[in-house]
Amino acid sequence: MTSLAIALASIAGLFATSILAVALSKLPSRNRVVYSAAALACIALLAVGLLRLGAANGEADAVMTLPIGLPWLGIHLRMDALSAFFLAVINLGGFGASIYGIGYGEHEESPGRVLPFFPAFLAGMNLVLLADDAFSFLVSWEFMSLASWAMVMAHHQEAETRRAGYVYLLMAGFGSLALLLTFGLLAGPTGHYAFITMRAGEHDTISAGLILILALIGAGSKAGLVPLHAWLPLAHPAAPSHVSALMSGVMTKVAVYGFIRIVFDLLGTPPWWASLLVLIVGSVTAVLGVLQALMERDLKRLLAYSTIENIGVIFIGLGLALAFQENAMPAAAALALTAALFHALNHSLFKSLLFFGSGAVLTATHERDLDRLGGLIHRMPVTAFLFLAGSMAISALPPLNGFVSEWLTFQAVLLSPNIPQWSLKVLVPAVGGVLALAAALAAACFVRAYGIVFLGRPRSAAAAKAVEVDRYSLAAMVMPALLCLLAGLFPGPIIDAIGPTVRSIIGAQMPVQSALPWYTIIPIAESRSSYNGLLVFLFITISTLIAVEVLHRFASRAVRRAPAWDCGYPDPSPLTQYSAASASQPIRRVFAGSLLHARETVEMPPPGSSEPARFRLALKDVIWETIYAPIPRVIAASALRLDRFQFLTIRQYLSLVFAALVILLLGLAIWP
Amino acid sequence: MNGLALDIAHLLAGSMVLVSFLLLYQDRMFALLNIFALQAIVLSASIAWQAYIQDAPHLYVPALIALLLKGIVIPLALRRVVIKLGIHREIETVVGIGPTMLLGIGLVALSMVIMLKATSTADPLAREDLAFALSVLLLGLLMMVTRRNAVSQIIGFMSLENGLILAATGAKGMPLVVEISIAFSVLVAFIVIGIFLFRIRERFDTVELEALDASRGERP
Repeated sequence: MTSLAIALASIAGLFATSILAVALSKLPSRNRVVYSAAALACIALLAVGLLRLGAANGEADAVMTLPIGLPWLGIHLRMDALSAFFLAVINLGGFGASIYGIGYGEHEESPGRVLPFFPAFLAGMNLVLLADDAFSFLVSWEFMSLASWAMVMAHHQEAETRRAGYVYLLMAGFGSLALLLTFGLLAGPTGHYAFITMRAGEHDTISAGLILILALIGAGSKAGLVPLHAWLPLAHPAAPSHVSALMSGVMTKVAVYGFIRIVFDLLGTPPWWASLLVLIVGSVTAVLGVLQALMERDLKRLLAYSTIENIGVIFIGLGLALAFQENAMPAAAALALTAALFHALNHSLFKSLLFFGSGAVLTATHERDLDRLGGLIHRMPVTAFLFLAGSMAISALPPLNGFVSEWLTFQAVLLSPNIPQWSLKVLVPAVGGVLALAAALAAACFVRAYGIVFLGRPRSAAAAKAVEVDRYSLAAMVMPALLCLLAGLFPGPIIDAIGPTVRSIIGAQMPVQSALPWYTIIPIAESRSSYNGLLVFLFITISTLIAVEVLHRFASRAVRRAPAWDCGYPDPSPLTQYSAASASQPIRRVFAGSLLHARETVEMPPPGSSEPARFRLALKDVIWETIYAPIPRVIAASALRLDRFQFLTIRQYLSLVFAALVILLLGLAIWP
Repeated sequence: MNGLALDIAHLLAGSMVLVSFLLLYQDRMFALLNIFALQAIVLSASIAWQAYIQDAPHLYVPALIALLLKGIVIPLALRRVVIKLGIHREIETVVGIGPTMLLGIGLVALSMVIMLKATSTADPLAREDLAFALSVLLLGLLMMVTRRNAVSQIIGFMSLENGLILAATGAKGMPLVVEISIAFSVLVAFIVIGIFLFRIRERFDTVELEALDASRGERP
């Protein structure tokens, strides 16, 4: 009860900060005041979440009903283990973004377009987690969408941003509509909007299937599941970088929370094909997301596409949990769900870090185009190091955290032979293969991104003159980087912290890991598999030190200066380096030919002309072309057809009304 | 409530439908007005009978209004309009009389089916009455759709409204205010439409609706 009161007070504080941001528009230090207040509120909410997780077993859920909102409903609030976990994830990311904002926000040309919405956005996300009835859930969900939309539109002078905002608004509205219908079905014809009555409801197979599909559409469109992801790579990069970090790292987690809340908690027993659907959608999302990230030239869009991939990985974990749960394999289901939640936490950490890094690059060079960056490791060494940490974590390299959660997901995949259904028996190993492909492509993607941005020689004057960013931004980047390392070294305590959340959903949890020596984790049995991040880290560190020492001692002690090998290109132009397009060419030729319609053409000059030959690369977003582009065409065509009805004679109008009435009456007469 | 009372109520309501068919069939202006007056008188009788058998004296008021307003005032006024406009010639119908009658029979059948099905638990008196009322309403609408002349469209509209009143009085316990307000709204509509008729005539020298379409620019 008290913890919920503290959480509510913090959320109210965030709202107050929003108003303060408007009221203090003349104050020169407004930026610092607003972001510091937001960071404080996030700390409080984070503490509430962590305390609830720490004291989880046995403690009753905190419940509260506020007499505001709809007159006979009020606002029901509740904090259980699931909301507490996501409260912790979200406010950790929110805290980082607020600290980053203190430094980054100084460079904002029109802070008035970001500052009032930033705390409101955080408040909206927190309210979604605490909502315990459909009405307040939807209102907070919509509030969150609108607040983030306002910040996406902060740089509305650019036509691309306006388009992104438009697409985002449409998709957010569509997703909310799907969620509204989901809750309508969950409540049933006589139902109540409170979650507690929804949980008690029984659903036949058809309505359970509809609820699942609608929840997947509603939450998936916010999370960025293919094919509902179209808005994400447009909108996330368009916002200021700390907001991008929030949207990509944190808001997608709210969507994951929404899906878990509806499908695992409220729905009760999902239909038998639920796991199949979620697994297929998750794997398609993972591969398509990372493939498009690999092809992308814009650094922030690349990160947004990589978010789509990680959402795919999380949904694969959720699909596995559904599959095991339906076959009464609670231990395996607990493992899969733990993997999904752990990955949600990890993704929020390293995606925030990477977006902060891209924001730092943007501040230093005003460039997002990979082909205009390069060599930043010399001018921005700290950012480069931290970005490297983030890239390693997202590429799932041990001993960082990304590896742990993906490894856990693979452990769950490896349990699939025990599933009785043949459909799942066949599908799950394929999903495992897809997951491995996505992980490998993600590594390639970040090798390319990091290599082009930070290594080599600068490709533009702006990149050559870059300077390191301010210390607030750096501090904000150090925190998630450290947490990435810690979560990778000591995954046991984190798995145990997730335990109560998993238990509240599945009814079982993974074996307690903290008691094992040397922070080893053993998901199922020691004979099967175990992982020790700390030992891996020590091994890597010690072997590297030894190798360096050996090389220095036995190979050559003297420092020699010699001309660098020029790879056979004596021309010093930076154009001779790998470009963004050439670095991804091998993978593009293998995978993107059919999936993304990649077409390479070389235009030769006419004989005798001294013009250079030109290489052109065309990529098509197949999903956009097949699903989204026809929509306006169909609307325009049908509008043209309906246009005729605007020029009827009075008698024809009367006849229309008459015909409609008669047809409706006929329908009524025929209706059984 | 005895069987005879029910039978008479049915007779009157059924006569309304019959008169609606007469309206549909009639293609001369003055005869049309006379039949409309007849329908109003039958309506008035029906309301009065309902007032008697439901023991609801307040229903005599709408009966009186229907008799005076629709049975006498509106037909006389329309007759003057027709004479003034000089359109007491034959009415052209869009669809032939035969198909229109067939369509009308179909509509009556439809409203019977629907009403008998939808109100299976209701009071039998109200049931039959509602079915007849819906028939009158649909026939009025059919008349509006099939006629070209503005005056006969007014008649169609008024007959549609007669169907509404029949339904309203057939149901027990409908407040008086509803019936009276319907009656007066029709009077207002009549005045407005009447004024418009003259305005249209002034401007286009005809009350055929096609002339209006031409002025909206759809036809050359």
